[in-house]
Amino acid sequence: MTSPQSIPALIADFNDLPIKDRLDLLLEFSDNLPPLPPRYADHPDLLERVEECQAPVFLFVEIDESKHVHLFFSAPPEAPTTRGFASVLHEALDGLPAQKILDVDPNFPDELGLTAAVSPLRMNGMRAMLARIKRQTREKLA
Amino acid sequence: MPVPFDPSESLREYAHPEALVTTEWLANNLGSQGLVVLESDEDVLLYQTGHIPTAVKIDWFTELNDDTLRDYLDGADFAALLSAKGVKRDDTVVIYGDKSNWWASYALWVFKLFGHEDVRLLNGGRDKWIAEGRELTREVPVVEPTEYPIVERHDTQIRAFRDDVMKHFGNPLIDVRSPQEYTGERTHMPDYPEEGALRGGHIPTAASVPWARAANEDKTFKSLADLQQIYLEEAGLKPGDDVIAYCRIGERSSHTWFVLKYLLGFYSVRNYDGSWTEWGSSVAVPIVKGPERGEVPVLKR
Repeated sequence: MTSPQSIPALIADFNDLPIKDRLDLLLEFSDNLPPLPPRYADHPDLLERVEECQAPVFLFVEIDESKHVHLFFSAPPEAPTTRGFASVLHEALDGLPAQKILDVDPNFPDELGLTAAVSPLRMNGMRAMLARIKRQTREKLA
Repeated sequence: MPVPFDPSESLREYAHPEALVTTEWLANNLGSQGLVVLESDEDVLLYQTGHIPTAVKIDWFTELNDDTLRDYLDGADFAALLSAKGVKRDDTVVIYGDKSNWWASYALWVFKLFGHEDVRLLNGGRDKWIAEGRELTREVPVVEPTEYPIVERHDTQIRAFRDDVMKHFGNPLIDVRSPQEYTGERTHMPDYPEEGALRGGHIPTAASVPWARAANEDKTFKSLADLQQIYLEEAGLKPGDDVIAYCRIGERSSHTWFVLKYLLGFYSVRNYDGSWTEWGSSVAVPIVKGPERGEVPVLKR
């Protein structure tokens, strides 16, 4: 496991590329979305559907004993954009202390420079995923 | 130069078999002079994950819309776009995509607004091609830019605006959204909260025929007999009718527009692309809630 990239580094990675190449980077993330571990793959009922996304995408937030957050996503290969969004969020947030997740700017997806390549409408899905991650984190801390 | 039509038996029952090609035909004709294959998907990355060899991507959202006007491209922008995609005015264009060609139909409809003569859909779209184990590639073709002429967009034949719908009452309307959107239980599709309208319901007298009813499990279009059962028997369309189809923003209804125009052969079919996001939020236009179609409204002005 590599350590997660910080959000500013991710934002720089995307914005350093010409707009059309940003999609290729998103595709790389999409290809590398970690598969669900068996405990969730065998229990899809545990996962929360992200209704705002155009494709069926599910997520689950785990908080370990040291209050660090672990994220799990499931999205089908026919929905590579959604998988890409999930993978970017995984890269940015997985393993962070819960409080850091709560402090993340809810609009940071807009900073990735993907809006022009992907369309504002499609970016809604990523913000919605982030909002659900924060909500689950808040609920599970309580 | 256009390429010959697909003579497949499975297409011949439709009113305009020349508007479709089979996966087999496409596989055998890839690389033909005068053939351009375009992929139009809902998912903006799907093409990059692997596409039909030689296919060029076209994106409905970032490339076909004018984002400051809530309208489509104008003639100059369309010419620039098609030049960049390597399309000549007399080329045969075959469009395919995800979700039973939902977005491919939408692209085809926009091409027809500009009168591009020979545009066909790949019957079954991306899913059927993949299900049959046909070749996919991530290699993006190098496009030789063309000189596509600037042609004026024609909005009268196949496109309806809100006022056209007002004048259309008494003629059939087809609402292709989900049953919950039709009755007004929902003001948006479950997965598209930002494309809602202020009120839920449907345009008075519209028949509810969700768009996907026209597609088979394998994403091909249903047989002529099945389509006649759905649109003529159940929805009550009669040969010669002047029909307007609508959905939420005009994309699902492009699929139905294609079915009515090219498969069933209705001469006058228009797509109301303003659709429910416009109608459901407009001032002083009537709607009907619930499962009944409702009566022709008495308009005050």
